[in-house]
Amino acid sequence: MSKQRLVIIGNGMAPGRLLEHLFEAAPDAYDVTIFNAEPRVNYDRIMLSPVLSGEKTFEDIIIHGDAWYEEHGITLHRGEKVTGIDRVAREVTGASGITAAYDKLVIATGSSPFIIPVPGHKLPGVLAYRDLDDVDGMLRAASRGGRAVVIGGGLLGLEAAAGLKSRGMDVTVLHLMPTLMERQLDPAAGYLLQKELESRGIEVRCGANTKAILGGSEVEGVELEDGTVIDASLVVMAVGIRPSVDLAREVGLEVGRGIQTDLAMRTSDPDVFSLGECAEVDGRVYGLVAPLYQMAKVAAEHLAGPSEAAFAHAETPTKLKVTGINLYSVGDFGDGPDREDVVLRDAARGSYRRVILRDDRVIGAVLYGDVADGMWYNELLKSGEDVSAMRETLIFGQAHQGGRMDADPLAAVANLSADAEICGCNGVCKGKIVQAITDKGLTSLGEVRAHTKASASCGTCTGLVESVMALTLGETFAKKAEGMCDCTDLGHGEVRRLIKAQGLKSIPAVMQELEWKSSHGCAKCRPALNYYLLSDWPGEYKDDQQSRFINERVHANIQKDGTYSVVPRMWGGMTSSDELRAIADVVDKFAIPDVKVTGGQRIDLLGVKKEDLPAVWADLNAAGLVSGHAYAKGLRTVKTCVGSTWCRFGTQDSTGLGIKLEKFLWGSWTPAKVKLAVTGCPRNCAEATCKDIGVICVDSGYEIVYGGAAGLHIQGTTKLGTVKTEEEVIEIAAAMTQMYREQGFYLERIYKWAERVGYDTIKAAILDDTDSRRAYYERFVFSQQFAQTDPWSERVSGVDKHEFKPLAVFGEEAETPASVEPAE
Amino acid sequence: MNALTRDSNAWHLVGSIDDIPSQGARCVENGETKIAVFRTADDRIFALEDKCPHKNGPLSQGIVHGGCVTCPLHNWVISLETGAATGADEGRTASFPVRLDGRDIYLNLEQGA
Repeated sequence: MSKQRLVIIGNGMAPGRLLEHLFEAAPDAYDVTIFNAEPRVNYDRIMLSPVLSGEKTFEDIIIHGDAWYEEHGITLHRGEKVTGIDRVAREVTGASGITAAYDKLVIATGSSPFIIPVPGHKLPGVLAYRDLDDVDGMLRAASRGGRAVVIGGGLLGLEAAAGLKSRGMDVTVLHLMPTLMERQLDPAAGYLLQKELESRGIEVRCGANTKAILGGSEVEGVELEDGTVIDASLVVMAVGIRPSVDLAREVGLEVGRGIQTDLAMRTSDPDVFSLGECAEVDGRVYGLVAPLYQMAKVAAEHLAGPSEAAFAHAETPTKLKVTGINLYSVGDFGDGPDREDVVLRDAARGSYRRVILRDDRVIGAVLYGDVADGMWYNELLKSGEDVSAMRETLIFGQAHQGGRMDADPLAAVANLSADAEICGCNGVCKGKIVQAITDKGLTSLGEVRAHTKASASCGTCTGLVESVMALTLGETFAKKAEGMCDCTDLGHGEVRRLIKAQGLKSIPAVMQELEWKSSHGCAKCRPALNYYLLSDWPGEYKDDQQSRFINERVHANIQKDGTYSVVPRMWGGMTSSDELRAIADVVDKFAIPDVKVTGGQRIDLLGVKKEDLPAVWADLNAAGLVSGHAYAKGLRTVKTCVGSTWCRFGTQDSTGLGIKLEKFLWGSWTPAKVKLAVTGCPRNCAEATCKDIGVICVDSGYEIVYGGAAGLHIQGTTKLGTVKTEEEVIEIAAAMTQMYREQGFYLERIYKWAERVGYDTIKAAILDDTDSRRAYYERFVFSQQFAQTDPWSERVSGVDKHEFKPLAVFGEEAETPASVEPAE
Repeated sequence: MNALTRDSNAWHLVGSIDDIPSQGARCVENGETKIAVFRTADDRIFALEDKCPHKNGPLSQGIVHGGCVTCPLHNWVISLETGAATGADEGRTASFPVRLDGRDIYLNLEQGA
């Protein structure tokens, strides 16, 4: 395939990052041509301030040197401003007449500094603070000495002021607003900042409105609205930036505040992308580097091929790059009736911090002086977690939150006492883990789990245990990808891939071809392999009962005393007097000790002796009751509310739909259990929003949600989409189940799988791409023909009868047969 | 079903190896005591009291792999040969002498240790 032509207008940080991503994802897809109005390679614009102050040189801040452009075969036209784009001929023309044809075009013209149009603004000696040329101009002025007036007390203006001061100039900062950096700092922090700058000899005038810039052939001073005149040999305007959109507007692209793009960074012309400070995405323009880099990643993915990548707004923290001044702000810190402030001031240290809460969640933070906790507050802001439990100590920072490990896990774990509990499931404290590692010379996570049980249950503390190991073992502890068990170094993903790729169709074949280290596997890998083979080769692979956990072998749930519990299926949670009568009779006949209603709207018969199971099932079968698969890595229950049949709020027949779903999906084996719910209205009585797949009926149709969990881990579902008909719901639920069956790791619930492969990926394959959905659906339907057999009736008719009878019985009395069971 | 009477100091025929699935187990009931008889993938036979040393889980219901069985209750791995817990766990379940004569399995009920 011949390469496509990619032309980029602009050579700033955003397009530089875009190319890095693109060369990684699709190294040979494009021939790249760049037009750069600046006569340079790509450099780190946010590091201009250290260049101005003399802490860095230009060479220090180059991102891509000449060699990089050569290596990637990029044609870079330096100092060549683009003057025209022909969108019909797909050709770009530069000021000196250079042309370049494109298949895809990226406009990254950045922004231009805003110059206040006061009299004298065009005088020599009036500079903006935007690129290396401006820095060079300032350095030339600084070498002559005198006073610099910086108009604008924002981030850039203050960095310029500090830089010029360190270059030996007298500096005055003029700021229109009452306090400095009012967009990033609240008045208190702005005040502290002003005091700090003044102590460094920088004059700060807030509420200062510039009337005119004075001078004849060059700048001589600045006159304020109130008549004050300040002498100046240099004026730096740093009052804001404007997206550079002229070129885009001229060629007819849609332009608002910036060049308007969709979330894929595509402009109104699908072959033209825009990113960087010139782009307006979802109504916002950006000037900080983090969102620009995100744009670059999104655009690169779309250039590399079909992609679901989408730009998403996130709060970006602000830091001032002036040596010795530490401030950090993030989020929203305006005042409002629904907000709460927590403030800590330390006048002696000149430190200040303020955390802004709404509904017990962090929405903003301002730190001045000691800013080490900035990252932590930002994490709390991003996660949106409820902080009411640590409300009292929140303001003191992370170090005062015993046992919290959000920002630097190693440091946080190092701070924990030996008594601190690491593994809640098994009650293992830090000291015990450290002692086990030291005394027994443990070096791997598997060994630590075996000896201490730490992280051996739910596994959510695995990261903490690894941190304890890293602290105890130092550099000798290298975390490595663990194989699915001790029998292999291959992980679940590798094994699944190779089963398909090599056409392996039996457990011995997998163990042979993938070089299992044990002769016959173990209790961890055999059930996983049995599932993978069953799922990948429907109708071909014969289920290996001996590789199944006992519950799936005897179709009941083992209890602590070795008895079993039996749960008949009640479709959609519906039952009848006949079924209840049959259940009651079974309970009496077999003296079943306990009868319990489950959370999944079923009835659980607890304490059934193993040898009674076939007879219990025979009686239940006779009443039309079949296995409820309450023991299965498979469809457990579809929980429903009564819906429009009875409920005055019900919008659809949720019960009916639940029954249809359950009748369609039952019997199929899945990586882990699957629970569904259908609720008749958003009041959510059936609790659909914590299920693996949930359906919320609304007037206009059915909202489908998925990826919920309410066990060891609690998680609300993520919305997939809304559809109009029951048929679509069933097709989507089946298709998603099939995708999960094909991709999930054994014991990995849907929410874990979705986190691993990405909710966007699932949505694209199941909701957006109807062909893909149909293909998954059809594979599911195919596999169901081998799965939908009631395991109870099979066993009532004699399958696996060895399971339920003793091999031999010796009576206490000689010559008395101890059993009345018929002979085999 | 082999309903038998107890005869002390003797080996008892309890059944055929074909009565036990490969990598599976069946139980022999001796009054109050349950004995699990295991068959491995390479057709070796072992007998242990059907009680995990941890919480008395029924070992006969576990997954048999190599020379071990994993208890269905809490995943302790017990050696079929010795009845001892493997890995970091400590404990031991009683084991019984068992031998194969052709396809026939003989179990000694008295020498549980």
